Amino acid sequence: MIVGITGGTIGLLAILLVKYGNPPNMGYCIACFLRDISGALGFHKAAPVQYVRPEILGMVIGAFGAALLTKEYKAVGGSSPLLRFFLAFVGMVGMLVFLGCPVRAVLRLAGGDLNAIIGIAGLIVGVGIGIYFLNKGFSLGRAVPQNNINGYVFPTAAAVITVLVLLGASVFYVSEKGPGSMHAPVIIALAAGIIVGVLAQRSRFCMIGGIRDFILFKDIHLLIGFFALLIVTLAGNLTVGSFSLGFNGQPVAHADGLWNFMGMVLAGTSVTLLGGCPLRQLIAAGEGNTDCVIAVLGFIAGAAFAHNFGTAASPKGVPVAGQWATVIGLVFVLAVGFLGARQVVTSGGVNIEQSS
Amino acid sequence: MSKVVDARGLLCPEPVLRTKKQIDKMSGGLLEVLVDNPAARENVTRLCENKGWKVDVSEQGADYVLKISK
Repeated sequence: MIVGITGGTIGLLAILLVKYGNPPNMGYCIACFLRDISGALGFHKAAPVQYVRPEILGMVIGAFGAALLTKEYKAVGGSSPLLRFFLAFVGMVGMLVFLGCPVRAVLRLAGGDLNAIIGIAGLIVGVGIGIYFLNKGFSLGRAVPQNNINGYVFPTAAAVITVLVLLGASVFYVSEKGPGSMHAPVIIALAAGIIVGVLAQRSRFCMIGGIRDFILFKDIHLLIGFFALLIVTLAGNLTVGSFSLGFNGQPVAHADGLWNFMGMVLAGTSVTLLGGCPLRQLIAAGEGNTDCVIAVLGFIAGAAFAHNFGTAASPKGVPVAGQWATVIGLVFVLAVGFLGARQVVTSGGVNIEQSS
Repeated sequence: MSKVVDARGLLCPEPVLRTKKQIDKMSGGLLEVLVDNPAARENVTRLCENKGWKVDVSEQGADYVLKISK
């Protein structure tokens, strides 16, 4: 099944990308990479995490190309864009407390980082909270078709930045040390992004969707991708000798269990309300869903906030500001969940029309 | 009499959730589900087939009509 192939391919390429220079257990990390791009564009000034990650650009371009070729490209939007922006914003704050998106949580686990188990447990709890609201009738509302130009803007921006990167134009901030300075060669990273973009567009791969659909419908379809990613990466790490089991001293990680858990509860709730994990948001953004573009912009803004206001964790631990930001973020997503659910119920709940 | 679930413009899991709420109330018959994106089309189809319903998909302009019967 293509969703399993997608998960396995991401795992395989993640091992390769780390071998070619990406930070350990960070072959792919949508949260970290959007954070690096946020820094590369000058939205935050954290010198160690600034780099235009070609993997992200490739994913958007790959998804856009695949959607165009299969005639699945369609510009839509208008489903609570402002709420999506802020849900993504706080979700990113949570992910940067844990130090990774759902994809990286699995990559970390496959590298032997046991903190990831706590993060994934938090993620599952977050998905459960999101499902609670969805079952209560939470909805961000309908998107409507838009002029196709709306959907072209984001992939075009990704293409323009890609050309600038390929030409070697020195217009972006680049880390000289730290995770941002560690990266695979541009061509390899870009190709790895395009491959995943195409596969994820075709398979609708989604880390959150796997957990969500299993809990909601006992449907394991997307979960196959989740486990394929875990198994292939684990096998790859064991093969190349980059598996190291333990809690302490893991690369680009900290061992503060409480906040690893809480950060991912926040992330899990927020992305379940958004309808998909950060990777899925990127892919859908490439397919013409402008609401998902807004979510990606929310992630980028959230990352800028996290570093400008010192809420992001580092291997040294989670700053007090990060703990407060997580709590405030949770209050926000719970409020959005409760109020969003209540409004739909009072307006009639499930929209079912009867005809003869 | 056929029932209609209009899930156009909704992202997953909402189309699936709305369809499930409806078919859980039905022991058989015909249900029409309208969706406007391929992911929703596939997910709704999978849910219904897993629950033993027959799904017939057709395109209607930019939307998909899923005729679900048992």
